Amino acid sequence: MSPLRRFLLAPEAIAGAIILVALFAMALTASLFFPGDPQAIAGPALLPPFQDWSLPLGTDRLGRDVLAELFHGARTSLVVGLAAAAAALAVGAIVGTLAGFAGGLVDEVLMRITDAFQTVPSFLLALAFVSVVGPSLGVVVTAIALGAWTGPARVARAEVLSIRERDFVAGARVIGMHPLEIAFREVLPNALPAVLALSSVIVAAAILTEAALSFLGLGDPNRVTWGGMIAEGRAVLRTAPFLSIIPGVALVLTVLGVYLAGEGVVETTAVRRSLS
Amino acid sequence: MSSPLLAVSGLTKRYRRGGKTIAAVDDISFHIEPGETLALAGPSGSGKSTIARLVLRLIEPDAGHIEFEGGDFLSLNGAALRARRARLQMVFQDPLAAFNPRAMVARVLDDPLRTHGVASRPERTRRIAALLERVGLSADLAARAIHEVSGGQRQRIAIARAIATKPSLIVLDEAVSALDVSVRRQILQLLLDLQRQERIAYLFISHDLGVISAIAHRVVILDAGRVAESGNARAVIGAPQSAIGKALVAAAPKLNRTSQGAADRQ
Ligand SMILES: Nc1ncnc2c1ncn2[C@@H]1O[C@H](COP(=O)(O)OP(=O)(O)O)[C@@H](O)[C@H]1O
Ligand SMILES: [Mg+2]
Repeated sequence: MSPLRRFLLAPEAIAGAIILVALFAMALTASLFFPGDPQAIAGPALLPPFQDWSLPLGTDRLGRDVLAELFHGARTSLVVGLAAAAAALAVGAIVGTLAGFAGGLVDEVLMRITDAFQTVPSFLLALAFVSVVGPSLGVVVTAIALGAWTGPARVARAEVLSIRERDFVAGARVIGMHPLEIAFREVLPNALPAVLALSSVIVAAAILTEAALSFLGLGDPNRVTWGGMIAEGRAVLRTAPFLSIIPGVALVLTVLGVYLAGEGVVETTAVRRSLS
Repeated sequence: MSSPLLAVSGLTKRYRRGGKTIAAVDDISFHIEPGETLALAGPSGSGKSTIARLVLRLIEPDAGHIEFEGGDFLSLNGAALRARRARLQMVFQDPLAAFNPRAMVARVLDDPLRTHGVASRPERTRRIAALLERVGLSADLAARAIHEVSGGQRQRIAIARAIATKPSLIVLDEAVSALDVSVRRQILQLLLDLQRQERIAYLFISHDLGVISAIAHRVVILDAGRVAESGNARAVIGAPQSAIGKALVAAAPKLNRTSQGAADRQ
């Protein structure tokens, strides 16, 4: 059976894929359906959902369009989640490859640094980093990546340790290839499937961390975020619970979708088989 | 007389296993002349592959000297070693494991050319086609993935890769052992042709005296990391003196002592 067919036969993978498609559609069409500033006043304050069809999900405390905010928030969540995960995977793959391939002192030093980063809870690390440097999209991405690269680094190192003993690596040395080229052109691509198998978990965690930072007011102030929306809604939790529930449900669905679709891909492609 | 192409003396490599140290290679000496084939024979575990890896500087010896093309090969490091590697190549036993599983045939042959400074891409493409034809393959094969070609073709590609940088010595570690008989004969013929035309020397490792008698001028028989006996391949295989030599000859029933082997060509 082809990987695609197996993927299509797994209901949880399909559910995940549908959620992801919806999320990407929201992120991509946000400026199409809701041009202009999503943080601008669009109507009366605290309009409940399903009352006015020009404002289907109602308005928040300041009269901002909740649906517009939700669409633009999807964009932030995706951008931050994907960028932070990509950065973490790239840094982890590079560090793990260098450590595993070089061995000796280089390995020792790099793995001590990895240990050090792993010892600090990643959310505290992100919190500290944003507090010191100041909130902006790039800083939030960096802050999240800072706590997420150690897992990929360990997986990459373990893979590289076994790959570097294979004949084709000896063959590359016999050719006279430079060690860095051997590490990154011969060894790393073969270690990558195992590292990429971590991506769904890392993206999901990155989206949650971003939401948590925004909830604490440490997100980029110029962007709508779901975490920020939840924090906003908290002040009127009794009278207008939908203001917190809507972005909260969006967040849960997104994390679930990323995780399910990612697991589906790993499960149905050769990745898991090549791991064992 | 000029100095030999490769002169190995006192080569020793020890491994620790279960608390005690064993010498995988124990005070081995031999030499290879330009254009000559020296065979290393011996049962499994006698240290043949370890010698190959030592000679290729894939591992470092605990003692001994290796002189290659008149220079101290063990003193070379970094860029100087990488440059000198153009002259000393290798063909592995398993032609599938010897290549990056993701590689295309063209890339496998491009690597040595690019690494050793054939700069222009059109020139490399031309040379890749010439190399493929040189080992009896179609130039069209360049566009295939390495896992798409047959085992025999793959070993020819391995040989093409080894000769790409015009080496003076190629180490072949059980290079024909995994091939079936008819393919094996063709590959041996290819090696003989290349040697005659380019004067390449071979360090030919095999446990099979039948194959060795077909290609080697001289043979060194190893036993537990030491030299059991050595000499002209025909003489040693025809009348082995050591116990291990006799055992290896007895284990090669199809050995054809009147075949026109390399020892006869001398
Ligand atoms: N990396 C290693 N670690 C420990 N022992 C090794 C290692 N490589 C080879 N040996 C041992 O050295 C001996 C010679 O091995 P090898 O050179 O592979 O023999 P051959 O190629 O003749 O079969 C064997 O006993 C083997 O177990
Ligand atoms: Mg061996």
